[in-house]
Amino acid sequence: MSQQKKHLQSIRVSHEKHTAECETQVMPIPDTVCISMSQHIGAPCKPLVKKGDYVKVGQPIGDTDAFVSAPIHSSVSGTVTGVEMIRSVAGGEDQAIVIETDKKQEAWEEIKPPTVENREDFVKAVRASGAVGLGGAAFPTHIKYNPQNLDEVDTLIVNGAECEPFITSDHRLMLENTQDIIDGAVLVMEQLGLSKGYIGIEENKPDAIALLDKMLAEQNHPEIKTVTLRARYPQGAERVLVYEITGKTMDAGVLPAQLGVILSNVTTIAFIGQYFKTGMPLISKRITVDGSAVADPKNILVPIGTRIADIVAFCGGYKAEPKKILMGGPMMGRAIYSDRVPLVKNNNAILAFAGPQSIVAEETGCINCGRCHKACPFKLLPTAFAEAYDNKDAERLNALQVNQCMECGSCAYVCPAKRPLGFINKLSKALVKEEASK
Amino acid sequence: MERQYHDNLIVSSAPHMVSPVDTTKVMGTVLLALAPAFLVGIYQFGYRAAVMTIVCIIACVAFEWLFNAALKRKQTVSDLSAALTGVLIAFNVPSSLPYWMAVIGCFVAIVIVKQVFGGIGQNLVNPAVTARIVLFISFATEMTTWPIPRGAGAVDATTGPTPLGILSEGGGKLPSNLDMFLGNIGGCIGEVSALALLIGGIFLIWTKVISPIIPVCFLGTVFVLALIIPGQDPIFHLCAGGLMLGAFFCATDYVTSPIMPMGKVIFGIGCGIFTILIRVYGSYPEGVSFAILLMNILTPHIDNFCISRAYKKGGGK
Repeated sequence: MSQQKKHLQSIRVSHEKHTAECETQVMPIPDTVCISMSQHIGAPCKPLVKKGDYVKVGQPIGDTDAFVSAPIHSSVSGTVTGVEMIRSVAGGEDQAIVIETDKKQEAWEEIKPPTVENREDFVKAVRASGAVGLGGAAFPTHIKYNPQNLDEVDTLIVNGAECEPFITSDHRLMLENTQDIIDGAVLVMEQLGLSKGYIGIEENKPDAIALLDKMLAEQNHPEIKTVTLRARYPQGAERVLVYEITGKTMDAGVLPAQLGVILSNVTTIAFIGQYFKTGMPLISKRITVDGSAVADPKNILVPIGTRIADIVAFCGGYKAEPKKILMGGPMMGRAIYSDRVPLVKNNNAILAFAGPQSIVAEETGCINCGRCHKACPFKLLPTAFAEAYDNKDAERLNALQVNQCMECGSCAYVCPAKRPLGFINKLSKALVKEEASK
Repeated sequence: MERQYHDNLIVSSAPHMVSPVDTTKVMGTVLLALAPAFLVGIYQFGYRAAVMTIVCIIACVAFEWLFNAALKRKQTVSDLSAALTGVLIAFNVPSSLPYWMAVIGCFVAIVIVKQVFGGIGQNLVNPAVTARIVLFISFATEMTTWPIPRGAGAVDATTGPTPLGILSEGGGKLPSNLDMFLGNIGGCIGEVSALALLIGGIFLIWTKVISPIIPVCFLGTVFVLALIIPGQDPIFHLCAGGLMLGAFFCATDYVTSPIMPMGKVIFGIGCGIFTILIRVYGSYPEGVSFAILLMNILTPHIDNFCISRAYKKGGGK
């Protein structure tokens, strides 16, 4: 299976994995945390606590009855000093709970490993854990683990492909929490009745592959195999990974379950493995802090809700005035407007840049070279999108299948004219959506 | 502890990292790939080949700079595309051509073909190819007076015919295929040595600046048709005239060739068919420029055809 002959188009990007050797350090509890009520795809949570309340570690502080949602827990012990509106990184406004920490890190009394007797219990426990897709999508995990066609699903794919430059947090996790990954994968496969398990890892992490292979063999898990992937971008994208591992083409809008697959990020799986052993919900996150403006790049375990400025301060502070700070990797991450925004569940890196990397390259004329088309995993034609978007031609965009675009940014990366093709693709998709709703 | 926050960060859309390859580097690589042919040109035709090339580069860059300045457009001369056009024009004329005529060719290429259509990326046809055709039609005598190359050995004359001229009109002995491959033949500055151009073309394919599809289909079609048509020598046709220069450096111009692989196949085959038809049955001895120009004009239609085929329902894969 790993010997796939055909690959989807992919590109070579500079790996920049400077922190691959940096063992994860635990960041001390900051003075305050700011926990957003909007940390997943779907309905935001409503606060369960109010100003003046004392909260403990792991205590639920936000939840909602909406179907697509996951509860949010306090990552610290301390006193709630306010429920505020904060400017989200996407530009909207989110509710957030600000907690002044007492640094005692007293655990909530009701923390205990969940008891699971059937699949319903399992899905409930996954929801209660606050798990969301930790690779970046932040889709509530309990929904993913409860597909309508479960009897047709037989495969678990664990996504250990960390194809974004700079980020090494998943790599460190695979080396440091290997047992949690195996436990999580075994548990999910057992509970959902899946017979095949694959852990996809790129060839630039041979130590992680070797360690997992060794431990899987020692613990006698022939049903789970590692799959060595090419170290290309965007190997870790869901649709690309499903194709590379199963050979099945996954169009936009198709769920992995429809192809008989459940796909989870390696961090999500490790968290599930941990949660069923300890009962401690999702309150902290391993992230890579790097970039030309960071004095001491490293991998750290951070309480959710820690402000970016506090995180960078723990990493030696800024060695140069930061011009651009990214949540996530340089290919798909989001540029944030301020370092006062807090860490949310699905963040896996904070990258702060000072020099030329922070500057948006000047756009020149398209020379029709076709590099964008050749780079696209789905062989789409970004130059044609740009032309149709200029004409506000939603019909043409639909005909060109703009909705197949997953916004991986490969086209914009390779463009010699430095056109913002990724941005145009997003705008084009928004235009198509807008026209369709008319 | 009061924390200092940074509230004025740059916000832009992903990706936040771009490839180091930009238009200038792409054009620079093509210029580098033309170096072997340039050296052969200087060897065969002397200093005038070098001066002609420099004159054309300066003229093209100057016309582009002046046009942009006159229209208050952003300057684009640093992207090297005008310099590349200059080199290609020089390579497409005999070294004995009066300089002022070459400068007129540069004016046609840069101002009429490229800039009035909107500058880089907007031209419908290849500037250098069009300039060659305009010069060829306007100055027929000067454009078909060929200095004897140094490699052809001592002869009493200072000018002589090209192999395609001999084939078309008679009046001489055809050179050996080896001389044609190496470039010991009459012709334009940059087109005589098939070997030098092949080295440059392979370099461009190896560095992934061009896709091999167009040159392979172009050369392949010429080869196969010359094989089929009685009395034609396929190797002769591959090495003669502007075919190698055209196939690797003019037909592969991104702007004026199709973007999809299937379109490139159609484009390359079309160029090959027109080249052979003009060479064998037309009244002109050489047809590469006309073939490329014709296919340039068809390119938007080829692209539309391929795009509508590729992105039919469920397509695009």
